[in-house]
Amino acid sequence: MSGFFTLVGRDLRLAVRQGGALGTALGFYLVVVAMLPLGLGADLKLLSRIAPGILWIALLLSALLSLGRVFESDYEDGSLDVLTTGPLPLELVTAAKALAHWISTSVPLALLAPVLGILLNLELVAYPALVATMIIGTPAVSFLGAIGAALTLTARRGGLLIALLVLPLYVPTLIFGIAAISAMLGPDDVAPPLLILTAISLGAIVLGPLAAAAALRTQMQ
Amino acid sequence: MDLGPNASFIWTAYGMVAFVIVGLITWLVLDGREQQRRLADFEARGVKRRAGPEAVTARSEN
Amino acid sequence: MQTFTQRLANPTQFMRLSARLLPWVAGLAAAIIAYGLYLAFFVAPPDYLQGEIARIMFVHVPSAWIAMAGYALIAVSAFGLFVFRHPLADVSAKAAAPIGAAFTFLALFTGSLWGKPAWGTYWVWDARLTSVLILFFLYLGLIALRSSIDDETLASKLTAILALVGIVMLPIIKFSVDWGNTLHQPSSVLKLSGPTIHSSILTPLLVIGAGFLVLFVAMHLKAMRNEILRRRVKALQLAEVARAASQVVAPAE
Repeated sequence: MSGFFTLVGRDLRLAVRQGGALGTALGFYLVVVAMLPLGLGADLKLLSRIAPGILWIALLLSALLSLGRVFESDYEDGSLDVLTTGPLPLELVTAAKALAHWISTSVPLALLAPVLGILLNLELVAYPALVATMIIGTPAVSFLGAIGAALTLTARRGGLLIALLVLPLYVPTLIFGIAAISAMLGPDDVAPPLLILTAISLGAIVLGPLAAAAALRTQMQ
Repeated sequence: MDLGPNASFIWTAYGMVAFVIVGLITWLVLDGREQQRRLADFEARGVKRRAGPEAVTARSEN
Repeated sequence: MQTFTQRLANPTQFMRLSARLLPWVAGLAAAIIAYGLYLAFFVAPPDYLQGEIARIMFVHVPSAWIAMAGYALIAVSAFGLFVFRHPLADVSAKAAAPIGAAFTFLALFTGSLWGKPAWGTYWVWDARLTSVLILFFLYLGLIALRSSIDDETLASKLTAILALVGIVMLPIIKFSVDWGNTLHQPSSVLKLSGPTIHSSILTPLLVIGAGFLVLFVAMHLKAMRNEILRRRVKALQLAEVARAASQVVAPAE
C-alpha cells in the first residue's frame, strides 16, 4: 500500500508544481458559470432556482477538461511503462491516479462552487448542502473519468472523445447530486438520495480502476 | 384507410422506419459487393495470404 | 468433438453456414413484418383513448426492444472476446453497433412523433425517452471510439471494455432517470400504458417485434459477413505490401 500512497503523493506534487492545470479548470468553471446568466437572462429568481443544476453541470465539464491529463503525461514521458511493469498492480496505479485527480481537481472545484453560487443568487442555506453533495459525488466523476482517459489514451481526437464516452456515465451522479441538494432545501428526506450518491461513488471507485487498468494493459503491450 | 386527424404523424413515423431499414439494407448489400469486388481483384492479381483463412480474425493478428 | 460455437469460431465455416442461412432469415423477416403490418393496420382497432395515433406504437416499441437487444448483444460479444477469446466476438460486436444505433434512433424518432399528438409536445423528459436517449449516446460512444483507433485488435479490446462498462452503468442510469422523473414530474399526462393492453393490440405488437428481431438477426449476419470480408481484404493488402517490399530489396542481393 505504501507504493499506492507514494504514487498519489507524486501526482499531487506534480499537480502543485505544474499548477497551471488546476488554474485552467477553475478558470473554466468560473467562465462557464458567468456566461450562463448572460445567456439565460439575469432573472435572479430563475437563477437561484436552477443554480444547483448549473453548478453541477459546469463542474462536470470542468473536471472533464482536466481528465485527459490523468495518464497522458506519464504515457508521453514513459513513466507509464515503468508503472505497468512495476510491483504495484495496475488497478492500484489507476486508482491512485484517479484519487490524485479527485484531490487536485474535483475537490477544489467543489470548494469553488459556493463562491460561484453567489453569482447565481443561490440561497445561503444551500451552501453546506452544495459542497457536501459535491464532495460525496465527485469521486464518481474522477474514477469514472479515469476510464475515459484510459480508453482514449492512444486514440485520435482523444480530448473530444472523452466527453462523448464519459458524460453519459455521469448521469446518475448528476441526478442524485441535484436531488440531494433539493431534498436538503425542501421538505423531502435527505437520506435516500445522499445514500445513493454515496453508493454510486463507491461503485465508481471499484469499477473505474478495474476498467481503466484493463484499458491501459491493452495499450501498453 | 382513414387514420384520423393525425395521419401525417403515423405516416411520417412509418416512413422513417421504412427509410432507415431500407437504407441499412442498401448499405449492407453495397458494402458486401464492394468487399467481394476487392477480394476478386486481389484474386485476379494472384495475391495470396500467407496463412490460412483463420488469419482474417483480429485475434490471430497478435 | 467440437461444440457448435467452436465450429462457428472458424470464419470460413461461419461464411459457409451464414451464406446458406441468410436468404431464409431475410425472407422470414420480410414475411413476419408484412403479416404484422397487416395486423397493425387492418385488424387492430384504434385505441379507445388515443385513437389512430396509437398505431405508431407498433413500430416504436419493437424498435426500442431491438435497441436494447442490440446493446445486450454487443455486451455479450465483449464478454465472449475477453472470456472465451472467441475469434468472431469482435466481428459480432462491431457489426451490431451501427444497426443497434439505427434502431435506437428509430425508437426516439417514432416516440417523439407519437408524443406530439398524445402529449402535445415532441419531447418530454420522460424516464423511458431519456434512458433510450442515453442508450443512443452509449452507441455513439462505441462507434466513435472504434473509428478513432486504427489498430483493429486494440480497437476491439477497448470498445469491449467500454461496452462492458456501459452494461454495468445502464441499470444505474435507468434507475436514476426513473428516480429523477418521479421527483420532478408527477406522472399525469405522461402515463402512457393506460389500462391493461388488449390482445387485438398486443398480437400485432408481438408479431412486429418478432419480425424486427429476425430482421436484426439477418442484418447482423450480413454485417458480420461484410466485416469478415473486409478483414480478408485488409490482410491481402498487407500481404501485397509485404511482398512488394521484399521484391524491392531482392535485386540488390
